[in-house]
Parts: sequence; structure tokens; C-alpha cells
Amino acid sequence: MTPLIALLALPLAGALMAVAVPHRGARIAGVVVVASAGALIMLVAQWGIPHAAPGGWGAPLGIMLEADGLALAFMAMVLAVMAGVCATAAPMRELPTPFWPLALLAWAALNAIFVSRDLFNLYVGLELLTLAAVALVATGGDKALAAALRYLIFALTGSILYLAGVVLVYSAHGVLDVSLLAATLPAPTDRVAMGLMTAGLLIKTALFPFHVWLPPAHAAAPAPASAMLSALVPKASFVILLRLWFEAMPDAADDRLLTALAVLGALAVGHGGIMALRQTRLKQIIAYSTVAQIGYLFLVFPLAGGDGAAQPWAAGAWTGAVFQALSHGLAKAAMFLCAGLWIIAVGSDRLEDLRGLARGLPMTAMAFALAAITLMGLPPSGGFTAKYLMMTTAFASGQVVWALVLAGGGLLAAAYLYRPMGALFAREIPAFTPVPRYLQAVPLVLALLAVGMGVLSDGLYAFLQLGRPGTAEEGL
Amino acid sequence: MAVFDLALCTLILLAALAAVAGPGLFRAVVFFVVYGVLIALAWVRLGAPDVALAEAAIGAGLTGVLLLGAVGRLSRAGADEPLTSRIDWPVALAAGLVGAMLVWAVLSLAPGPGLAPAVAEILPQTGVENPVTAVLLNLRAWDTLLESVVLLAALIGLWPLARGGAWQAAAGPVHHALPDGVLAGFGRLLPPVALLVGVYLVWAGAYQPGGAFQGGTVLAAAGVLCVMAGLVRAPGMAAPLWRLALVAGPGLFLALGVAGMAFGGFLLFPTALAKGMILAIEMVLTLSIAVTLALMVLGPPEGGGAQ
Amino acid sequence: MTVYAVTGALLVALGLYGLIAARGLLRRVVAFNVVGSGVFLMFGALGWYEGHTDPVPQALIITGIVVALSASALAVGLVVAHARVSGGQVLEDDAP
Repeated sequence: MTPLIALLALPLAGALMAVAVPHRGARIAGVVVVASAGALIMLVAQWGIPHAAPGGWGAPLGIMLEADGLALAFMAMVLAVMAGVCATAAPMRELPTPFWPLALLAWAALNAIFVSRDLFNLYVGLELLTLAAVALVATGGDKALAAALRYLIFALTGSILYLAGVVLVYSAHGVLDVSLLAATLPAPTDRVAMGLMTAGLLIKTALFPFHVWLPPAHAAAPAPASAMLSALVPKASFVILLRLWFEAMPDAADDRLLTALAVLGALAVGHGGIMALRQTRLKQIIAYSTVAQIGYLFLVFPLAGGDGAAQPWAAGAWTGAVFQALSHGLAKAAMFLCAGLWIIAVGSDRLEDLRGLARGLPMTAMAFALAAITLMGLPPSGGFTAKYLMMTTAFASGQVVWALVLAGGGLLAAAYLYRPMGALFAREIPAFTPVPRYLQAVPLVLALLAVGMGVLSDGLYAFLQLGRPGTAEEGL
Repeated sequence: MAVFDLALCTLILLAALAAVAGPGLFRAVVFFVVYGVLIALAWVRLGAPDVALAEAAIGAGLTGVLLLGAVGRLSRAGADEPLTSRIDWPVALAAGLVGAMLVWAVLSLAPGPGLAPAVAEILPQTGVENPVTAVLLNLRAWDTLLESVVLLAALIGLWPLARGGAWQAAAGPVHHALPDGVLAGFGRLLPPVALLVGVYLVWAGAYQPGGAFQGGTVLAAAGVLCVMAGLVRAPGMAAPLWRLALVAGPGLFLALGVAGMAFGGFLLFPTALAKGMILAIEMVLTLSIAVTLALMVLGPPEGGGAQ
Repeated sequence: MTVYAVTGALLVALGLYGLIAARGLLRRVVAFNVVGSGVFLMFGALGWYEGHTDPVPQALIITGIVVALSASALAVGLVVAHARVSGGQVLEDDAP
């Protein structure tokens, strides 16, 4: 079995086993984490672009799978987050048993989406992810039902719009493969198709103004599920957007449309930040922060797409956006896992109940602070590299307004993260239930990884260029 | 024939209108079932009998039973549908815009054979004679494997919804039927017939319209009817044996897919063995699909942990 | 067979309206299924050529029908559980 297929088959097989023997879910997930880590290390060590054609047919009759730098980096981030989620969820007795098969199914769907080159296969993957994610919200019990329902209605609207676009693509070109589409002549219906697919994916990525489902859903789920939902799930539809706009149909990019996407992103940064400032519960603050952080991702479209795609600085902005998605995933997972441990420690996530907790659980407070540094974009974190790369492009291409969004968003993040930090480090002696040290270490490791992305940014930058759209032209 | 097509399309639109915007939830669901049957008829007219079977069995039949059951449960919970008669104009405008764009796109696309000739050319290597089955279980087997897992994900998603958290209790509400009632008599007659039809659909799927999903649906429908008639007690939503039945199909599919690596690739079925491997996958998959669908339609346990 | 493709497009518009504008949750599930079958009908009718329908869309549609049923089943389960807890069939801040 090649490592690429192993990365797809392991979480899938784990999910099936966890359905068959649910009370062994935690152990099965642990085995999947360890085995996947082995497969991933083998793939990264090859430093290439492994691909597979299930059934041996290849496109257009079959489905192509390809693990370029982008796909591998996301699968590695997912693995790190899942390892953290499994480690903290395993001792939680109040977590309902169905959590385990659902978490593994979501993981299988994420990996399937990252490597797929087929637009319809991506739809099936998205639906698997959506159903597993909605069900994970519902594991939060009766109080989470309304949030899960709202999430499901938004997500289903999104996927059906995406599917309508896929139908138009196939009917016009007779192919569904991303690489083959890039080689076909544009059809007049492509704009409608791209519009529908993009609208559907924006809803799934929770870009402003389609974000209203996200904060209640992410706040209502149990903390390990929230970590997965906020750190991982919106990234899948964002990766598909990157595949569509930069690989499948770069010619469909119209400058006004690309600008519109970034404007929505900028509004998300502002709205998410202000809403985060107004919350009194930690999980709500972190969830609104996700709305804001997703906004940054959409600055990539005018910075690296359209007429600017051929410019030398496009690579910087594209890689910057990927850095942002990856470092946000690690940092946000760390924050939600911290919130989960604090709920165990003091029984609530209200800011006033967390006062002085840094004395009792210093490692978690440290993790939260490091994750906050990444979200604010301070050096030397991965979030800093992301903003640095995107800002450089903004100045080089004369689109200074997006640099202002990046800077302003950082200030807002500092403002809304100051409140939980202030509470944590307050000079008070808290009353709390102790939490084992190894559990406290889990979010710390994730936050350190997010910071480490900035320290080791050179190697990661080079790795992300493997198979990056546009690299072929630059080589000429 | 043009008159027939036009009339059918008009009826489809009217039934859809009644289902989406007509008064009365129960009436709306009945119109939805009628709509599904009309759509199935459209598929026959479009020369797609496989899709017609799937639409009739799954789209109209099973979804209809699911929705009708929900209408009953909602009215028992006292949750009536809120009355609205006003039209939401901004939403209507947006939906109309999407519709207009789609109509324009549909009219500007030139018909073509698509991938049909390419599929016909390699059909002898796929191990089946029905091109639709060839696409589903060989060319795009990865889609179908994921799809069978989507079905499973939806079912497991119902586990946390069990009343009182008793996710291992018997599926669905408690059913009472008169032992001599019409439903009971029908229920006794149906299972053997359904078993025959279901197995036939899977076996025939290799040559003619049919397949695992359609066959599994027929079996599931028979099972649900038996429970509703009170002939058998609803199985536990997550009883050990049932859980094995749920994962057997996707599990075998995945295992044979990985075994294909020995022949040169993931999900690769060598021509000589393809027929046997696909039939084996389909048979076990049908069982898993039938169990999944039946539990899904019965719904999460509502006994409240009494068992 | 363009008439079927156009019908499919109209069904998408009709269903989308219901999916977004309807307040009753079960009605929205019905509307979702109408959008879905509208997209499928469009897909199949566009693949119709000289008396036959392209087998690839046919297979994708069958996959789509199964996926739509899965989504409906989870949605119905959530709607019923939500009604049991809240006693209603609307999402709270949708209420007037």
C-alpha cells in the first residue's frame, strides 16, 4: 500500500471499526494517528508530488488523486490537530460514544478532499464532511440542536449550489478533472458555473455574510469537536476554492469578482473582530475569531489571482494565504482545547470564572498566549509569516488597501484576545479542579507548532511550492 | 411525444409547487411523493431506467416514508407548522435570479455525447455490461465507496439524537399495530417478495437496470414495513450484530480496494476477476445499505431509555 | 429534451426559495429535496444525446440521490429532536 492510499484508507478503516466497536473508539483513533504519521513522514521525505488513479483508469473516466505540497501540508495540519483532539477527548467520560466514529469520518473526508482532483468526487467528500460535522455539533446535546439544524440548512444550500455548478461544468466540457479543465477552452457557461460553485463554497467556508451559522455551532459543540470544526472544516471548502480559481479555471477570474471576494473577506475581519469583542463567553470569542480569521484568506484572490497571477509576487500571496489557513488551524485548535480543559477545571467558560487560572494551569495559559500571538500575527509565529507574505505582495502590487485590512485585523485580534488573557493572568487565587499535566501539554504542543511554522518558514515555503499553480510558467 | 413531455413537465412543476408552497404539511409531503413518481417517469422518458429505479425507490419511496413519519412525530410533539402566506420578495428575487441564470446556461449548452463513447469502448474490461454499473462500481468506485460511507455517517449522526441519550435502544417510536389489521397482513406477505425483488435487482444490475442501492432500498422498505406493522420488534439502533451489518459492505469494498494494490492500484479490479469482485461487493453492500436505510427511516430511539 | 433541463432549472429556483424562505423546518427539508432533484434532472437532460443519456451523469445522479437521502435523514432526525425539546418547528430567531 502506498503512503498516499494509506492516508485515505486509515481514517476510513478506523471509522468503520469505531462503528463496529464504539467503546474502543479512542484506542482505534490512536492507532490511526500513529499509522498516519508514519505514512505522512514517508510522503514528505519523498519531496515530490505522489499521485494515484483509483481503478487504474485515470481522468476523464476515472478519478485522479494527487498530493501536492498544498494537500500534504493540510493533511499534516489535520493530523496534528486530530492527534491533539484524540489525546484530550480520550479521558473525557461525558463525551458521547458516537463522537469517535464521527470524528474519524470527518478526518477521512478531509483527506479525501485535499487530494481529490475531481469536482464531483469533491462534492461527495464535502457531503461526508458536512454530515459528520453537523452530527458532531449535535453531540453537544439538546442545547446544540438548533445550532446543528441551522448549520445543516446553510451547508445543504451550499452543497447544492456547488453541485449545480459542477453539472454545468460537465455539460459544457465533458470532464470533471481539475487539470483537464485547465487545458480546455473556456465555455460561455463557465461564469455561471463558477459563480454557483463559488457561492456554495463561500457558504460552507462561512465567509461574511454567510457566517451566521458558525459561532452558535462551534460554541455549542463539545470542546474537542469545536476544535475540529473551527480549525479544520472551513479549510476544506477553502482548498476547493483555491483549486477552482487558481488551477481549474484561472481564466474565469474577473478583477471585479476577485475584488468582491476580498471585500467580503475584509468585512469578515471587521465584523468577526467586533463581535468577538462583545462576547462574554470564551468559546463564543474564539468562534467569532474564526469568522475574522477566515476573512484574511480571501485577500488571496486579488493579490495572487487574475492579471496578477503571472507576476513574481503572486507566489508570495498564495503561499501567505496557505500559511494563514494552516497556522490558524493549529492555533484555533489549541484555543478550543484550552477552553475545554478550563471548562473541566472551573465548570464554565465565562470570562469572570476564568480569572487567575494561569496560576492553576500555567501550561494551558502559556498555550493560549502563544496561540493568541499567532492569531494577532506577531513574530515569530506562522501567522506573522502569513501576514508578512501577503503584505509584501499588497505593497509590491500597489494594492495597499489590503495591507491595511491585515494590519487593522491584527489590532482587532489583540483587542478581543486581551480580555480572556487579562482574565487568565489576573492576580487572583482561583478555585478549580486539577487537570492532569499531560492534558495541559496537548494544546501547548499545538500552539508551539503554530509558532514553529514561522520559525521554520523557509522549509515550509519551499515545500508548498511543490505543484503550486503557476510554477511551471515561472520556470520558463 | 412533445405534447407528452410538456404535459409531464407541467405536472412536475405543479406538484413541486404544492410540495414547497402549498397549504398543509401532510398534503405537501403527499404531493412530494407524487412529484417523485413523476420525476421517475421523466427518467424513463430520458432513457435512464437505472436513475428511474433509484428515484422511485429512494427519492420518492424512502424519502416519502421518512417525511410522512416525521409529520406524525411532529404533530405528536405538538410542533405544528407555522402559518405563512406572505411571499419573501428578496429571497424570491435571489432564487429567481439563480433560476434565470440556469435556464440561460441550459439553453446555451450544445448537446453532445459526453463520455458515453469512451465508456462504451472500455466496457468489456470492467466486468459488467451495464455502463451505469460500470461507472459506479469500477470507473468511479472511489466515489461510490465514499458514498456508502456518507450513508453511514448520516445514520451515526442519528445516534446522539436518541431520547434520553439511550442510543443503543430500539430504533424509532414504539409501533402498535392490530395483529389482524391490513398492514399486518400486507407485512406478512411482503418480506419474501421484497427479498426476491431486492436480490434480483442487485444481480440484474450487472446486465440491466438495477444495482446495490436500488436493491438495498427494496429490502429496507420491507423491513421498515414489518416493524411498522408490528410483526417484528424494531432492532436496537446500535445492537452489536447490526453494527457489523452496517460496516460489512463499506468494509469489504475498502478491503478489496486495498487488495487491488496487489494488481497494480487502489480499487483496481483486474478484468478476469472484476465480475466476481464487483458482484461480491454489491451483494454485501446491498445488505449494509438495507440495514442502514431501514434504521435511518425508523429514526433515533424514542423510547427514552426504557429498555 | 431541453424542456426537461429547463424544468430542472425552474425546480432549482422553486426549491431554493422554499429552502431559504420557508419557516417550517420539515418544509425546508422537502424544498431541499426539490432543489436536489431539479439539479439531477438538469444534469440528466443535458446528457441526453440521440436517444440515450450519458452513463456518467446517470451514475453521478444515483450517487447524488443517495447522498440527498442521507442528508434528509439526518435533517429529519434533527427536526424531530428539536421539536421534542423546543415544542416548535422553527429556529428561534427566525420567529417574528
